[in-house]
Amino acid sequence: MDPERHIKGYVASRGYAAGPIYLLQGEAAPSGMPVGSPAEEAGKLHAALEAAGAELCRLMEELQDEAASGMVEFQVAMLEDEELYGPALAAIENGAPAHQAWRDCMDSAIEDYRSSDDSYFAERASDLTDMRDRVLRVLAGIRETAIPPGSVVVARDITPTRFLTTDWSGCGIALYGGSPSAHVAILARARAVPMIVGLQRTDAALSGEALLDAEAGCLVVSPGPETLRRFENDRRGALAQAEKDRAYLDKPAVTAAGEAVKIYINCAGPDDLAGLNPAHCDGIGLVRTEFLFENGKALPSEEKQYADYRMIVEWAGGRPVTLRTLDAGGDKPIEGVTIDGESNPFLGVRGVRLSLMDPPFYKRQLRAMLRASAHGPVKIMVPMVTAPSEMRSVREMLDEARDEVVKAGQAIGSYELGMMVEVPAAAISIEEFDCDFYSIGSNDLVQYVTASGRDNPALSNLARPDAPAVLALIRKVAQFGRSTGREVSVCGDMAGEPLFVPHLLDCGIRALSMAPTALARIKGVVARYGEATA
Amino acid sequence: MSNRQTGVVVLTHEVGLHARPTVKLTKLAKRYAAAIRLSASVDGPWIDAKSVAKVMSAKIPQFATLHFEAEGDDAVEAVAALIALVEGDFEEIPAKAASQAG
Repeated sequence: MDPERHIKGYVASRGYAAGPIYLLQGEAAPSGMPVGSPAEEAGKLHAALEAAGAELCRLMEELQDEAASGMVEFQVAMLEDEELYGPALAAIENGAPAHQAWRDCMDSAIEDYRSSDDSYFAERASDLTDMRDRVLRVLAGIRETAIPPGSVVVARDITPTRFLTTDWSGCGIALYGGSPSAHVAILARARAVPMIVGLQRTDAALSGEALLDAEAGCLVVSPGPETLRRFENDRRGALAQAEKDRAYLDKPAVTAAGEAVKIYINCAGPDDLAGLNPAHCDGIGLVRTEFLFENGKALPSEEKQYADYRMIVEWAGGRPVTLRTLDAGGDKPIEGVTIDGESNPFLGVRGVRLSLMDPPFYKRQLRAMLRASAHGPVKIMVPMVTAPSEMRSVREMLDEARDEVVKAGQAIGSYELGMMVEVPAAAISIEEFDCDFYSIGSNDLVQYVTASGRDNPALSNLARPDAPAVLALIRKVAQFGRSTGREVSVCGDMAGEPLFVPHLLDCGIRALSMAPTALARIKGVVARYGEATA
Repeated sequence: MSNRQTGVVVLTHEVGLHARPTVKLTKLAKRYAAAIRLSASVDGPWIDAKSVAKVMSAKIPQFATLHFEAEGDDAVEAVAALIALVEGDFEEIPAKAASQAG
């Protein structure tokens, strides 16, 4: 039997799915088709454009929600626009076959969108890819292949219209490309189809049975009986518990003894907040700013960063928003930013270590964060801090950034500077670090304290968040925070895990930051904490 | 008789001139006989306001200033309608413009 394999990705749409893997390849490109005269080829292209447009119009009639039909309407309008297909007609005039002319014409348009440093426009490249492939498929006379219900679909990417024309009953989706803010991810959330994106590349082609855990962000291929049992348990438990916990969602978190616990959410960009009610939390405990860098190539400008941070701060409506400065490296390489070929990236130049190597780049991010504070309180959080000198350097740069913003006549509101506590050195000598607040990154703290890689499932019995050494460090940091009047929160997965939250409360932690989907569940755990046991 | 009309409006829509607003804007522009061009700068480059592909590929961000320039019999009405659409945050195509179109 094949060995069980765990492949990590980012959660784009939460849920669980299990079934055989279905590899969705790009629809075949036509080859070996007879090539006619330029007039005939032009006729073929016109006919294909019209047929593709007609398919989309039929799809649009079936769609109920505005966002989806707006996207399809856009594609229909584009396909009717001679400005779009003009270059293809010109190439046909010069002897190119219709499919080649259309592909080249669209590829250059796609590249143009993809290179935009505005993420909205960059993501429209997927709409154009969608249109390109649809017309190519019509030109080749191929129908869309049906996806068997109940499969776990693995693909490089899925176009939005392909998503919309498919019946996803019982299916889950794992994509190598994509991002949680891509259009298809938004559609998947709206339709509650479990999806993970940014799947780690593997050498072998995937096949066989698979489990998609789109709560933890993992695809398990060829699961063993133990994993299967746990997965089924998780899935069933999640359903049953969600039903019970719903009542806690819109209430503040209070322990059975009447002690208030702050409940924050983690997010990876403004799109994650769509449909969430800010009144259900006390603020945002972690914004992973890596989302800004996901399109690769062009690094985001200060303006682009400011616009995105501002959207998040405005959503929070006066509740504090914790913006973490870029945490690249480790398991989050970013093309053109992180250092390639490190033999041990988890112990390499990552987080603030990387940021301090490029002060202009870092200050640009700090300025954007400071400017966002004009719209609501901002907490700037520094990842991977190891030595007190690093925080001093950041503080100096932040002061410089503040002066620059002020000099530019731009507004700044209230802000704080704090650090993540995830390197054991920082936790052990926490009193050496002068910060406004502390947030424990439990995922990395666990991996570094137990010397067990996060990416190595064989060590999961050692890499436990409730290991006594981990809890001792958490207790120490919590006590230090309490004695100096500074907030200590936990923003790793541990804070959203019902099993571990009582341990955190035992350690004196009174602020937890978690995925929005965990809110009701964790508030329920907090409410039961300290109940007299019968 | 040929009229020439210009107009300026600030784009306040969420992320900029994205897919949906662009479709609405170009559809509205197509209802007029006048040649209509738009630009995010008074110095151009000017693009055909009736082409969804052209307008989208200009990737105009939020808070850009949109300049319209129309030439033709219904240039005045066209620019007024387009500005009303942008000012109304692309909620709907202005009724007056709709009734005038034909």
